[in-house]
Amino acid sequence: MTNLVILAAEESARSVGDGGWWADTAGIMLVLPFVAFGLILAFGKHFKYQGGEIAVGALAINLVWATVLFVANMTGGILHQTTFEIARIGSDLVFELGWVVDGLSIMMFFLVNLVGLLVFIYALGYMKGDVRVPWFFAAFSMFAGAMLILVGAPNLVQMIIGWEGVGLASYFLIGFYWDDLDNVKAGNTAFMTNKVADVGLILGAVILGVTIGSFDFFDLAEAASGGAEALGAVAVVGGLLLFFGAMGKSAQFPLHIWLPDAMAGPTPVSALMHAATMVTAGIYLMARTFPLFQNMAQEARGWMVAIGAITLFAIGLLALVADDIKKVLAYSTVSQLGYMMTAVAAGGYTAGLFHLFTHAFFKALLFLGAGSVIHAVHSNNMSDMGGLRKHMPTTYWTFVVGSLALAGIFPLAGFWSKDEILATLGYEGYSLVMWIAIAGAFVTAFYMARCVALTFHGTYKGEAHPHESPRIMTGPLVGLAIPSIIFGLLNIPGVSWPGIGNFTEWLGVRVVAMGDHHAEGIDFSLAAIGLAAALAGLALGWLIWSKDRPTQLQRDRFNIPLLYPLLRRKYYVDDAALGVVGLTIGPLARFVDWTNTYIIDGFINVVGAATKLLGGLVYNGLDQLGVDGIFNGLSAGADSAGAALRKMQTGRVQQYAGGFVAGALILVVLFVFVI
Amino acid sequence: MSLQSWIAEPVNWVFLVIGLLVLLCGVRVVTSKNVVHAALYLVGALAGSAGLFLLLSAEFVAWVLVLVYIGAVIVLFLFGIMITRAPTGVDEGLDADKKAWAGLLSLALFVALAWGSISAFADDPVATTGNPTATEILGEGLLGRFVIPFEIVGFVLLAALIGGITVARRDETPLEEEERMSA
Amino acid sequence: MIGNQFLILAAALFSLGVYGLLVRRNIVLILLSVELMLNAVNINLITFESMLNTPEALGQVFAIFVITVAAAEVGIGLAIVLLIFRNRRSANVDELNLMRW
Repeated sequence: MTNLVILAAEESARSVGDGGWWADTAGIMLVLPFVAFGLILAFGKHFKYQGGEIAVGALAINLVWATVLFVANMTGGILHQTTFEIARIGSDLVFELGWVVDGLSIMMFFLVNLVGLLVFIYALGYMKGDVRVPWFFAAFSMFAGAMLILVGAPNLVQMIIGWEGVGLASYFLIGFYWDDLDNVKAGNTAFMTNKVADVGLILGAVILGVTIGSFDFFDLAEAASGGAEALGAVAVVGGLLLFFGAMGKSAQFPLHIWLPDAMAGPTPVSALMHAATMVTAGIYLMARTFPLFQNMAQEARGWMVAIGAITLFAIGLLALVADDIKKVLAYSTVSQLGYMMTAVAAGGYTAGLFHLFTHAFFKALLFLGAGSVIHAVHSNNMSDMGGLRKHMPTTYWTFVVGSLALAGIFPLAGFWSKDEILATLGYEGYSLVMWIAIAGAFVTAFYMARCVALTFHGTYKGEAHPHESPRIMTGPLVGLAIPSIIFGLLNIPGVSWPGIGNFTEWLGVRVVAMGDHHAEGIDFSLAAIGLAAALAGLALGWLIWSKDRPTQLQRDRFNIPLLYPLLRRKYYVDDAALGVVGLTIGPLARFVDWTNTYIIDGFINVVGAATKLLGGLVYNGLDQLGVDGIFNGLSAGADSAGAALRKMQTGRVQQYAGGFVAGALILVVLFVFVI
Repeated sequence: MSLQSWIAEPVNWVFLVIGLLVLLCGVRVVTSKNVVHAALYLVGALAGSAGLFLLLSAEFVAWVLVLVYIGAVIVLFLFGIMITRAPTGVDEGLDADKKAWAGLLSLALFVALAWGSISAFADDPVATTGNPTATEILGEGLLGRFVIPFEIVGFVLLAALIGGITVARRDETPLEEEERMSA
Repeated sequence: MIGNQFLILAAALFSLGVYGLLVRRNIVLILLSVELMLNAVNINLITFESMLNTPEALGQVFAIFVITVAAAEVGIGLAIVLLIFRNRRSANVDELNLMRW
């Protein structure tokens, strides 16, 4: 068990504490969801909500710790790490498990537990009456536990453990309705894509860990900022490999294809995992290894920014042509992840993380709202919706709040976080990317306007009877709407609220300096440009789609000749991926099958036939003829000898007497003459 | 000892005569075709050997031989012959190949025994008749040193007696059994 | 007198007895041959006694025993012959071959 020596960060003027008892016992947050997992599987089906109560309870207890730590971190920075050594290679490469409590992980703990709790409560109502509900909550709890393990990881090894854990839970939950093969395929796609990326992650982790001699993040930070020779040689490669891993989990182009398919899972899953938490793990990894990219792997940053920018814009466009409301939100998520990745890659540590923080709330809100709508009309497609604002007011208004926050309208949360990203990009010199981001803001507003219009405005064209969702589902909607409105104020550049500081300061306690940029004040011109782009997008979208038409599809006309098919086919990326797989894996699989059938099975068949032949030889030749022959021969010999000898028994006394005398004679001769 | 000196002693003439008698009788015992004749020839052989015993100064044994053997045993034999209704006339005939082998065997036996005794006892003399063995000595021997074998032989005779009666007894007919039970 | 003369005589008698034992068909005649053999043995015993002059006349004592046992044996033997005759109406030893293979 090691306790980190607390160093005062040079940038932070605040005192740094150890976190006390709450930090010491913070490990309970990592364990409790797994306890819930076991309890739900064992006893879940006896409860009213089929075990959901246990999951909610676990996260509620976790939230206590998270909130206390969050509040404590507000007033005074916390830096604490508890680890347990599990294994050791050689004398210096150790594998440790434990938890780290610092600004970044406290932020993530708070986020995961709060959003998770609200989504869980929502899920109690959403999944009511559905199939296999105990397993749902068990897997969901397992996900929460794995995510907490991931964010509380003090080293790369534990993070990878959590990483794989969330991937596993994601697989289970995407393929939750496995009766339909498409859902199973979606789960497989998600898992496989992540697995491909994980190769990079593990390779990167191994390279960096072995070079430095430790997997611990703080050791990595020290080595990176200290400019160690050995690390410099592998930094770019290691960094790019880690980024590759992050690409898979955070759905960066071109490994984004799994996220839209992952919408096959139940909506609470989409809300928590594929909007707020799991997909942010990649961003989190980049944040944890930030010193590496800042100081040593600068060459990698260019690539990362570029990929982030492509993701941001190109995938955002796909949301314009999606009919499934969840797919719209999924493409939106990918786009926003692109924002976060670009920001962190460009050096905006706080900017990217702040957007992660705010995005979690309003994206989860949007997903839950979509779920509420889907629950009401029993269809995912916007072509079956329309005019629902009359039937579902709470859902409508919270959805609007979420959409405005996402679009980045002042003064909601999204405005502040997006503005900070733009500022960072500008400051770090990525002007082109900044303009792409501004265009992306336009597109974001554009498709969200479409979404709201098609879903809630006009008249209802479907067949079902839509109604407002029960309070257990609308409660979390409101609960998420409030942070979406006010949390932006936590990080106004240059503003530090008295007593509690601001988001930047909360993240600010460091072991080593990271050299990231913090804006001193609001850049009003940039903010204005961003806001204008967003408002323009909203207006244009409203203009095009708000008018009611005879059918929803007519409303959703957007048929620019070349662009539309390209977008509909999602840039043919899915087909390309399938083609790559088919080209490479197909022949390989066929070859392996041939080898198996003819060579391996053939070999085994030959061995089997040879053994059979040998067995026959041994049995017939050796055993039947040889061994039995010997014994039969012996017995036949004894038999014939007996038959011959018994002729002596004639029953005639005189012959016996004759033999007797002859014998006596011989003995006499022997004794008298010879001896 | 040379043949001449041996012939000179008159004892040896007596021996010669008795010996020839015994031998002749013995031959006839085994070759006679008449069963009763064979028994009577045995009497002759036994009598002759009693005479030989007398020559060897074993009077007691000689007379025991005469009394027991000739007096009892031969009579028993004659009884047996009569009861088994052996043909008192000529026998049916002896087995031909058996005869040759048996003759060869007995000849070989005789040669072996004779050769043995000649090579062992060359010319060892035997005590002459002038010194009879006292019956007293025999008595002392029988009832002194060899009293246990004596008694055992007595038991043997008793067993033979009882056994003989039991073995040869005629099974009683059902009528006789009924009589015995009711009486 | 030489011992050997008696011994050779006895040997001859013994051999004759053996011949008779092996050749004769009638059981009674076989028993007769056995008596002849026993007699020859007696002669041997007495001769050895004469030759050796033991103090207790061992040879003669033994000869008496032999005679006694011979008498007993004849008694039993004839009883058995009687039984056989009763069962089989014949004293032909060639027919008494039940205990063969």
